[in-house]
Amino acid sequence: MIDDSAAARFAAMAAPHLDAAYNLARWLTRDPHDADDVVQEAYLRAFRFFDGFRGGDGRAWLLTIVRNTCYSWLEQNRFSSIHVEYDDRLDSLHDDDEGRPMHRLDPEQLLLQAGQQQLIETALQQLPIEHREILVLRELEELSYRQISEIAGIPMGTVMSRLSRARLQLRRSIEAMEQR
Amino acid sequence: MKTMNCDEAQELLSAFNDGELDLTLGLALEAHLESCPDCRAAHRSQQELTAALRHGATYYPAPALLRARLNAQLPGNPEQTARQIPTLPDRRRRSSVWATALAAALVIGVGVNLVLMSLQRQSALTDEVVAGHVRSLMVAHLDDIVSTDQHTVKPWFTGKLDFSPPVHDLAAEGFPLAGGRIDYINHRPVAALDYRRRQHVINLFVWPVPDRRATSPETSKRAGYNIARWSIDGMDYWAVSDLNASELLGFAQQLRTLERPTGP
Ligand SMILES: [Zn+2]
Repeated sequence: MIDDSAAARFAAMAAPHLDAAYNLARWLTRDPHDADDVVQEAYLRAFRFFDGFRGGDGRAWLLTIVRNTCYSWLEQNRFSSIHVEYDDRLDSLHDDDEGRPMHRLDPEQLLLQAGQQQLIETALQQLPIEHREILVLRELEELSYRQISEIAGIPMGTVMSRLSRARLQLRRSIEAMEQR
Repeated sequence: MKTMNCDEAQELLSAFNDGELDLTLGLALEAHLESCPDCRAAHRSQQELTAALRHGATYYPAPALLRARLNAQLPGNPEQTARQIPTLPDRRRRSSVWATALAAALVIGVGVNLVLMSLQRQSALTDEVVAGHVRSLMVAHLDDIVSTDQHTVKPWFTGKLDFSPPVHDLAAEGFPLAGGRIDYINHRPVAALDYRRRQHVINLFVWPVPDRRATSPETSKRAGYNIARWSIDGMDYWAVSDLNASELLGFAQQLRTLERPTGP
């Protein structure tokens, strides 16, 4: 039997974060129906684990579960779309071999050109999942590095460097698409 | 202090823009930016990328159907079972997922009253306004009057409340008004105004108080929400949101400057 007061406390904590949960699942799975499934499963898991939640940051706690549910869902359903083990050091090797492309992009253009919005959307969608995830958590959910560290299960220093790489990579793919 | 070179500086720009760099590194970076036009350009470019992402990338809110499935089932209505949970359009769906959905709907859909009771047991006013905010998000029924026009929203309260809440649109400042409703806080009906900041909802609760003293906005945090409260001209204002504290404070200050004290 479901304990009503535990359920009420859970609902009070979890319901307001439903948009954030769905947005994260939607960007990670890149599919509206999959996001639906994942969020439902994640909310059920969250309720099962709710005893272990000792107050504090409900949003980060819940998004951790949504994120983990996404990854296990992706592993089961389309193994090829996620890397087995992501390595920030390897990633940085690739990025360091060119000069400083940051200067090339005109900031005004980035905002004002027609079609930029679609460009940004597509570029973000095509990023590797770890980069997509950290940009969604930071730029769309506006979470702090501490919260991101908790949700993605990585140290604060890695949040910092991965975010920096993710932005560089996003900028590069926008540039590449613009030149096409 | 060791001076910073361009590579080091650009490595740190991202965290600097996010306000996540510690003070020492931040000062060193600022010193470098002052003397280096290249890195200043990169800095601006970073800010623009963030702005472009926040405005350009889609924020996907939970679909109404998903919210309804998770919300709709009240424990007081035991006969409302699976049949009334809207079924999804033709989709492959493992039965375990369906069972999960059902269970989740039953678990989460415990209803607004229970939530309110559990939150209001702690009688502090802060809990009440946070409960008001949470309730408004849970029922996906934020507004009884949906309008971005202050001249439509303000008269709507006439006759429904024994006071006239000031209503201002702050769209030009980036906080558009989305509507309003009556809520019940501090043992009385109050005006609840619904403002937006990007994807964030801000509930502003307003009610009259005997004390006409003006106070500056103060922020606090409760259950993961930021709260800003202030008083002016015989009214108490409480703003609640999951928006970050500094932007919520900005919102409060914008509003407060619009209300000039008229009383003694
Ligand atoms: Zn420099």
